[in-house]
Amino acid sequence: MGLDVRVPLGVMFAIMGALLAGYGIAGDQSIYTRSLGINVNAIWGGVMIGFAAVLLVLASRHARAARGGGRG
Amino acid sequence: MTLTWLDWLLMLVYFVFVLGVGLALKKRTTTSAAFLQAGRAIPAWVCGLAFISANLGAQEIIGMAASGAKYGISTSHFYWIGAIPAMVFLGIFMMPFYYGSRARSVPEYLRLRFDEKTRAFNAFSFALMTVFSSGISMYAMAKLLQILHIFDRPFAALGLPPEYIFHVCIVSSALVVLAYVLLGGLSSAIYNEVLQFFLIVAGFLPLVYLGLRDAGGWAGIVATVPPSLTHAWRGFGSASTSPMGVEAFGLTMGLGFVLSFGYWCTDFLVVQRAMAADSMAAARRTPLIAAFPKMLFPFLVVLPGLIALSAHPIDQGQVGQVGQAGQVARAGGVAAGVIPYKVDATTNQIVLDGNGRPQRDYDLTVPTLLLRYFPTGMLGLGLTALLASFMSGMAGNVTAFNTVWTYDIYQAYLRPKASDAHYLWIGRMATVFGIAASVVTAYVAAQFNNIMDVLQLVFAFVNAPLLATFLLGMFWKRTTGHGAFSGLVAGTLAAALHHGLTLPVGALTGVKGGWLGQVASYPSEMAQNFWTAIDAWTVCFIVTIVVSLMTRPRDEGELAGLVYSLTDKPRDAALPWHRRPVVLGIIVLAATAALNLVFF
Repeated sequence: MGLDVRVPLGVMFAIMGALLAGYGIAGDQSIYTRSLGINVNAIWGGVMIGFAAVLLVLASRHARAARGGGRG
Repeated sequence: MTLTWLDWLLMLVYFVFVLGVGLALKKRTTTSAAFLQAGRAIPAWVCGLAFISANLGAQEIIGMAASGAKYGISTSHFYWIGAIPAMVFLGIFMMPFYYGSRARSVPEYLRLRFDEKTRAFNAFSFALMTVFSSGISMYAMAKLLQILHIFDRPFAALGLPPEYIFHVCIVSSALVVLAYVLLGGLSSAIYNEVLQFFLIVAGFLPLVYLGLRDAGGWAGIVATVPPSLTHAWRGFGSASTSPMGVEAFGLTMGLGFVLSFGYWCTDFLVVQRAMAADSMAAARRTPLIAAFPKMLFPFLVVLPGLIALSAHPIDQGQVGQVGQAGQVARAGGVAAGVIPYKVDATTNQIVLDGNGRPQRDYDLTVPTLLLRYFPTGMLGLGLTALLASFMSGMAGNVTAFNTVWTYDIYQAYLRPKASDAHYLWIGRMATVFGIAASVVTAYVAAQFNNIMDVLQLVFAFVNAPLLATFLLGMFWKRTTGHGAFSGLVAGTLAAALHHGLTLPVGALTGVKGGWLGQVASYPSEMAQNFWTAIDAWTVCFIVTIVVSLMTRPRDEGELAGLVYSLTDKPRDAALPWHRRPVVLGIIVLAATAALNLVFF
């Protein structure tokens, strides 16, 4: 198919997750009253980074398998 | 309201990746097949997510939450009855014809099965419908961004009047979609739809969690809102007690059969995603893979409507942040959760219904919740998810339009024997034209209130009769081209006639119906739409059969691969169980039935 969509998806989620998590950890903590006291930026940013990691690992394995198949 | 640098940065990241995907695919898009059909080289799971994402436009995110607040959990019928069975039917029974016939589009299948005039009728009506749908998406986004007032400060800094926000939003969204579709064609649209799918889930899942937690879970919502809103089937015994104004038969036949199967099984916008798959097996799995997340989408897009009814403003100023609508709503009191009243943009007065009661602006349900629960950061992600949904809806329509225009109108009737490079160029020009036409129709769409009702009306006119044509064409070999064409014309006219002679209670004569004189009224616009669809389908079905019996059928040898009884059935026995369409179909239907029981 040429482009493995997991790569741009994973990188995009990693960047967005890092921005959210970074702001959640280092930014103003008083803004979370509206989110019921939950630091939703830090938590959801972390979840997005984790999801991105899974996608990139899967894409990497797929690429290795494809290269192996190509040599075989 | 004011967004911070973080919110803007998150939106920027999204735009960079959307355009980057288009750029990455540009060098592979060198033929008309690559541009318009994605080279038929995309894996099933990608096609499956694109399949639902192309449908997940503004009308879904905004319209479903709006309907969730108006009609409650019974709005889930648009998924559990109005999508899943049709998607299963498409995957198991219809994809073998679409994919196996090697037709490049749905209208082209109609030419192979019937004749040129049937293809032409479908191609032109479909082209109009895609432009209209795309225009609605654009309008919804521009209206929303205008009401949210997030561009007020930048516009004021540039010395531009605030009414320009609407126009700039329409033009800029059109340019972004135009750029990535022009660069990578259908592949670019499909890959971006996968990005958009995950972004929409990422943006709205935390919103539902926070809203539910604040409401005290599902039990808290049940305790707050009227019981009719928390039961999927309560009151559907008759139209007078049903929250949608339609009884179970009208719902099942109108939405569950005619509109649902008419859309999911014959609309090239979604079928095109499955036809881009890399094999017949992948094409058949595409709608079935899509059905699993689709089945759960009510929790993402309908539930926010109920949450908004149960939520309390965080402070007196919270709703006011939505803008003028919110400020007036605050002055008038917020009785139903955080959903603001509808305000006339010119007079700044609350809009009243036919009974003199103030109307709520249900289309503001989702943005109001975003403001209620999301701090800066997540607010940017939520708004980016909204933008993603608008763009996926627009791109879905535009890529379907450019294919039908190029193959089924231009190549078929204007210039049949040009080079492939010429058709590639025409496909790109059709993209430009389709988006320009969408911009025009966005302003037409501005006259309507509930976006979902409008779309159902359009589908009733175009898709409802088409379903009868396809069912007869695929499963009755005696159906003729003359029969199909006559049925389609009669069915569409029947839809127009029904709409012109009926009117929902409280609506004004005109675009809502009654323009030929009112002989009947319906409790709701939705009921009118469902019955318009049922009438159109029935007329098309009967006229097609009658005319087919009066005209000469085609030789059976010409219909191999196009009609069920004359086509080799796909053999799935060699596939592992989790790849067999029938097994996947049974699982998703059983799970959907279980959801209906849980929320009965």
